[in-house]
Amino acid sequence: MSTQSPVPGTGTPEHFRRLHPLTPLLRGWGYFAAVVVIIGQNALREPAPIGYYLAGGAAFVVLASLAGAVSWWFTRYGFDGDALRIDSGVLMRRSRRVRMDRLQAVDVNRPLVGRLLGVAELRMEVAGGGKSEAPLKYLSVDDAVRLRAELLARAAGIDAQTPEAPERRIHETPLQMLVWSTILSAGFVSGMLFVLALVVALVLVPSQARFGLMSAMLPGLLATGYALWTQLGQNFGFTLAHSPDGYRIRKGLLDTVHQTVPPGRVQGVLIRQPLLWRIKGWAEVHVDVAGYAGNNSSDSTTTTSTLLPVAPHDEAMAIARQVLEADPADVELRPTPRRARWLRPIQQPRLAYGADDRIVVVRDGRLTRRLTVVPHAKTQSVRVTQGPLQRRLRLASAHVDTTPGPVNAIIRHRPPDEAFRFVEEQTERARLARKQDVREQWMAQHAPRVPLGDTDGDAP
Amino acid sequence: MDQLFAPSGDQWQQVSPKLITVRYISLAITLGVVVPVLAVGLWFLWGGWSIVVAAAVGLVGAGWGVWLIPRIWRAWGYAERQDDLLVTHGVMFRKLTVVPYGRMQFVDVDSGPLDRKFGLATVQLHTASPATDAKIPGLPADEAARLRDRLSALGEAKAAGL
Repeated sequence: MSTQSPVPGTGTPEHFRRLHPLTPLLRGWGYFAAVVVIIGQNALREPAPIGYYLAGGAAFVVLASLAGAVSWWFTRYGFDGDALRIDSGVLMRRSRRVRMDRLQAVDVNRPLVGRLLGVAELRMEVAGGGKSEAPLKYLSVDDAVRLRAELLARAAGIDAQTPEAPERRIHETPLQMLVWSTILSAGFVSGMLFVLALVVALVLVPSQARFGLMSAMLPGLLATGYALWTQLGQNFGFTLAHSPDGYRIRKGLLDTVHQTVPPGRVQGVLIRQPLLWRIKGWAEVHVDVAGYAGNNSSDSTTTTSTLLPVAPHDEAMAIARQVLEADPADVELRPTPRRARWLRPIQQPRLAYGADDRIVVVRDGRLTRRLTVVPHAKTQSVRVTQGPLQRRLRLASAHVDTTPGPVNAIIRHRPPDEAFRFVEEQTERARLARKQDVREQWMAQHAPRVPLGDTDGDAP
Repeated sequence: MDQLFAPSGDQWQQVSPKLITVRYISLAITLGVVVPVLAVGLWFLWGGWSIVVAAAVGLVGAGWGVWLIPRIWRAWGYAERQDDLLVTHGVMFRKLTVVPYGRMQFVDVDSGPLDRKFGLATVQLHTASPATDAKIPGLPADEAARLRDRLSALGEAKAAGL
């Protein structure tokens, strides 16, 4: 690639593109606000001629814009062979390659400000650790959508010009259900109890102390309210759709998120039923996708890994069945021995596991019911552990390790010989399943593979 | 090794007995720092008694180490099977990990200053799951190198997509 470098010293090919020109503004406005606050505070503390502050602020704005513009100018992306390459940095040049066959998920996120300006952030999740996720921010919405289609086509092993595949909508969360599920969540109920306790306290304490009590409790109330609001806002208008590219999730009220998880990228499924949801017979579904949990951005793992925020239990099971291509309800579950009561007095009757030729199913949780499912082909490693109390009770736990995320398959408190037999069998099942797993380029068997040398579009 | 955590029929290998010496030395260093610090710290509270307390802590620590360290060493074991690596360890909390070679993401070989003095190294196998607990300490340097090369070769040959 160095032969066609447009600027001496950089190896960025000609056809590489730049991010959206508004990028420096969008990335920098937070710093700008911070500077305004700092200057404002100083101005209040020691008044000086107003022009002095204006000059300082203007100098900062000019310098920051210049730095942002230079950084924007030197950041370019494009396809290089069968990988997406992102070159950035001015003094320290950085070139990052995202291999398409390792692509685990593609997200198009649009924060509120980005929506107003018509730009989006494109995020690629690649397997293998914390900092490997590669965000392209910001792109114009059209570019982001086009690039997503191209990424998925290349990852699938078909022609890069293939338009985005058609989709079939399989689930929409009604607003009413979402609101009720938030009201019935543990966070909301404990928040309400807290408010109630506060009101009682306000009536009882002498009037002079009321103001102090109020101001002491206010941050807690605000935090609870904010948490509930984000829970509602994040999952607002939740839609799940299925397409040959995999599963597509759309959600969000102010900041919208559009996730695409290609087929065979789901590492495990968790069906969860909190205590109060059982009144309505609802459940939520989370999935492990390699790369999602490594995010240390503002959104936590539970929000990016949600496959269904709330749905009737039957529907949740149906979707889990579809994602897993196996039926967890068909797997015969074996309960733990009664002596496990000494270690799990409440959960013991619910503890059970089972396996068929495709999946391992682990059931636990008494108040919040959990059903964890891991396909054999996604088993990373298998472990047996035994603590001193377990040894006394002749019990051992088996673990099926998966990529980081909300799904953790731990088969607790089994008789030791059963746990060891499970490990032996699971190792063998995983070995057989790996051979027949979904290929990394999931469409490649249907279409002729694009020749390797000609994929960056600059070949003669 | 425990029969359950080291199923017979596999070629179990133990780690180097030098690991015991290394662990004794690091325990001695730890106690050599903790005991005087404790004695000086408590001097202002209890005066002369602080020496007694610090000495007692030192003795208990040393006794516990002398009892436990050989047992911990004996509990370590690994076996290379055709498709996977088995690692077992732990005295109080017993563990057995089975890692298929095809799941390997990378291999780490670590050797601290004390380890190097005794020609030891730690080999750790990483998969896409952080829970995978496949770490083998106290390997002689040439065995560590052999294991690293064999694991990387097998990992490449049997590699599977996520």
